Amino acid sequence: MEITQILFWFLSVLAVFGALMMVTSKNPVYSVLWLIVVFFAISGHYILLNAQFLAIVNIIVYAGAIMVLFLFVIMLMNLNAETEPQKNKWLKIAGVVAGCSLMLVFVAALRQSDELLKAPVSMGGETGLIKTLGKTLFTDYVLPFEISSVLFLSAMVGAVVIGKKGD
Amino acid sequence: MWSLSNIAANIDQWLNANMSPTWALIVEMVIAGVAVIGLFAALGLVLVIMERKVSAWIQIRLGPNRVGPKGMLQSLADTLKLLVKEGMTPGGADKLLFNVAPFVAMIVAMLLLAPIAFAKDFQLWDLNIGVLYISAVSSISVISILMAGWASNNKYSLLGAMRSGAQIVSYELSAGLAVLAIVVLTGSLRISDIIQAQENGWWLFKGHIPVIIAFIIFIIAVTAETNRAPFDLAEAESELTAGFHTEYSGMKFALFFLAEYVNVFIVCAIGATLFLGGWMPFHIGNWHAFNGVMDWIPSSVWFFGKTFFLIFVIMWFRWTFPRLRIDQLLNLEWKYLLPISMFNLLLVTLIAIMGWHF
Amino acid sequence: MGAASLIVLILAAIAFSAGAILIAKVVTKATKNKQKAEPYESGIPTRGPSWVQFNVGYYLFALLFLIFDVELIFLYPWAVAAKKVGLLALVEIIIFFFILFMGFLYAHKKGALKWK
Repeated sequence: MEITQILFWFLSVLAVFGALMMVTSKNPVYSVLWLIVVFFAISGHYILLNAQFLAIVNIIVYAGAIMVLFLFVIMLMNLNAETEPQKNKWLKIAGVVAGCSLMLVFVAALRQSDELLKAPVSMGGETGLIKTLGKTLFTDYVLPFEISSVLFLSAMVGAVVIGKKGD
Repeated sequence: MWSLSNIAANIDQWLNANMSPTWALIVEMVIAGVAVIGLFAALGLVLVIMERKVSAWIQIRLGPNRVGPKGMLQSLADTLKLLVKEGMTPGGADKLLFNVAPFVAMIVAMLLLAPIAFAKDFQLWDLNIGVLYISAVSSISVISILMAGWASNNKYSLLGAMRSGAQIVSYELSAGLAVLAIVVLTGSLRISDIIQAQENGWWLFKGHIPVIIAFIIFIIAVTAETNRAPFDLAEAESELTAGFHTEYSGMKFALFFLAEYVNVFIVCAIGATLFLGGWMPFHIGNWHAFNGVMDWIPSSVWFFGKTFFLIFVIMWFRWTFPRLRIDQLLNLEWKYLLPISMFNLLLVTLIAIMGWHF
Repeated sequence: MGAASLIVLILAAIAFSAGAILIAKVVTKATKNKQKAEPYESGIPTRGPSWVQFNVGYYLFALLFLIFDVELIFLYPWAVAAKKVGLLALVEIIIFFFILFMGFLYAHKKGALKWK
């Protein structure tokens, strides 16, 4: 086995294991930390695919920012194992049904992956690189980029409104 | 000529001549691992004694002067002392996270070493997004602090961890914007490209006032990000005992302490690389004779000299400015540094696009 | 050395930390007693649980940070391309910053940037 293959399997097992541990952990702080492990494993996959920018963005935004927010919220609300409310039985059943449906969709999508593998899309090694991304984003896709700033604006207003609700 | 890159190349050649490529790679990896561990240990020893000597010098006292010549072995003695202290875990703590947190802090500090150019052609990994990599990995250090603070099951620890969390994430923004100023000027995120762009002068001198503003903002932001005075309210001794590592003792405490000092070294190395040209000697435009003399000094000396100068500046801050309150700290970032650095970035962009820099 | 250096660095960090802790464990003599395991609270017994609820201000700052952090991510590809795209890039980023700045002013006006 090649070294990249070993790494691929190691990262895949780590990602799946981390995801399982995240779901099954009783303590929400543990769940968040396992989720961080999953994000790292996925970033490792991106690096194996030579998409370094995506790997780094995944770490900055998810592991660095969103998970810190989650940890803050959990610590703020003091959501520890004992205080976690017990979920309704129907909610659990609904969750199982929803999860299985999503699984079905994934399996259906992955069934075609054998055929896709036979004809790999050749995009050159340059696609994931930041130079290419910057050039396309700021010449061909300027409008979506500017509109995304409106999205940020609305997110910021929303954050302020929610955060200031209490007083 | 004797230089770090030559030594590395010689070792590489010798290994490849005497072994199969796989083994040569493995031996090289082992050598690199031992080298970074040695660097870590050396940095810890040097920076602690440097901090104590600098503070003694600023406060007009002698500082440590008993162990070894002029007290230079003091930090070695301190390490030995920490080694024989019992590393205990408090009863109510979350045992697993409490013990994992120092490892995370160390791994983050170690990973930050990868893209740093210590000398000419002497770098572990010259990846094409080096600057972005550094900001990504350093954003993980918050997690180790929150982990340690939460797992300790101590009010001081948790409060300290929350404070440093809020502080680190806030100041990351203006540090990032200051770094972007240099990226705009260079047009590359690769560390070696950024250094090469400063061949005829460092950005601090070439980029007019906006780059100087960016440099000042960068220094303020990294001082806050490394939780050092005057931004050390996360471990304000007088109110929070020791912040997030209140419950840590012995070697586990030493690891946090070491990671903190190595982080100071790393942010100063980044600052030296971006604004002061890294290992690039001091060059002035086309003065070939002057540049030739400057080239004669080894590149590693330039790099470490600049880095330690910045470390000295950050240590100087500690004894010059009083500690901020948390509302002042967040005000400084959100009301002053962030708008200023955003506006400053626009100015730098104008300079870069119009080619007004030297 | 390339991406392999990441593995080297992670292993070196783990080896260093584990080695230091193990050596310390071997050379120290651990004693157990009930008082020692209590959380440190300046000498007085702990009151109530240590995992206490926090000021909501932290949450608001974390949320604002998240938004600005994502914005910062957009700026990295822009910074790399800015010189090549030319003045257009400056105009683009001024519009981007202007819209963001409105949000910033709104947050400021509502007092969200004030610590309580």
